[in-house]
Amino acid sequence: MANDPIHQFRLHDLVGPVNIAGYEISFTNSALFMGIIVATITGILLLSARKGALVPGRLQLVGEMWYGLVDNMVTSIMGEDGKKFFPFVFSIFSFVLMANLIGLFPYFFTVTSHVIITEAMAFFIIGLVVVVGITKHGLGWFKLFVPHGVPMVILPFISLIEIISFLSRPLSLGLRLFGNMLAGHIVLKVFAGFVVTLSALGFGGVLGSILPLGMTVALTALEFLVAFLQAFVFATLACVYLNDALHPGH
Amino acid sequence: MDAEAAKLIGAGIACIGMGGAGIGVGIIFGNYLSGALRNPAAAGAQFTNALIGAALAEGLGIFSFLIAILLYLK
Repeated sequence: MANDPIHQFRLHDLVGPVNIAGYEISFTNSALFMGIIVATITGILLLSARKGALVPGRLQLVGEMWYGLVDNMVTSIMGEDGKKFFPFVFSIFSFVLMANLIGLFPYFFTVTSHVIITEAMAFFIIGLVVVVGITKHGLGWFKLFVPHGVPMVILPFISLIEIISFLSRPLSLGLRLFGNMLAGHIVLKVFAGFVVTLSALGFGGVLGSILPLGMTVALTALEFLVAFLQAFVFATLACVYLNDALHPGH
Repeated sequence: MDAEAAKLIGAGIACIGMGGAGIGVGIIFGNYLSGALRNPAAAGAQFTNALIGAALAEGLGIFSFLIAILLYLK
């Protein structure tokens, strides 16, 4: 089924099925691409930091802008004491960005189009918020669910809404990235499928298939934008949620 | 009605929710743009907030898309 738009998300075992105590821990194409992503990030950053020139060259500028973007994001949302989360946010942002971008190349696997990957990251972030908040503020961290200046009559209701909104955060954080990547790749595949089916109809079909071909090119450009935007949004929301662990009063 | 047909109709109905997310994202960026044209100096600082709002609104549309996908593939 070459035209099946879901086929591109299938996992393959690269090193035969490995089972240990009932758990399958085979080396899949997903794991291979995660390795490629980490190697690419490390390679680009090492190469860009190699020279350390006063007037940056092209590659060094990429590294500096990359660093500066995340640094600006962390300090503008969390303030100066949020700096200790910078390595964490930078790793998350780089991994998601590189996974989205590498996945856009033909025949490459998109790691972030699997809900288990995005949800694992989202649950780790929210777990970190709870752990850091409780170790830093003790039980006072639970003030987060009791906002200031709310009349006593509606306070239980507001608290309930705050708790539900906090509990839905890991779900929405992971599903947003997963949904965007899945939907984008399916749309690309469906439009590319129009080209194949139209051009099979003969000469008129080949002429008509220029339209979906142009649309596929335009959608690919849009998907590059979405890939960056979703990585940015994921890291920004991680900052916003981690800010709740540092400053629960707001 | 055939169960298969009902499933596909349900997946189609679930996609209507994405229209609501589209309206929400449109309102956010429309208001951001009208605000940015009134006061371009303050626009840059609020772009991150506009993106966060759009991401939160879009996430709810993604939920309905997810329901559609689950219905379609199950």
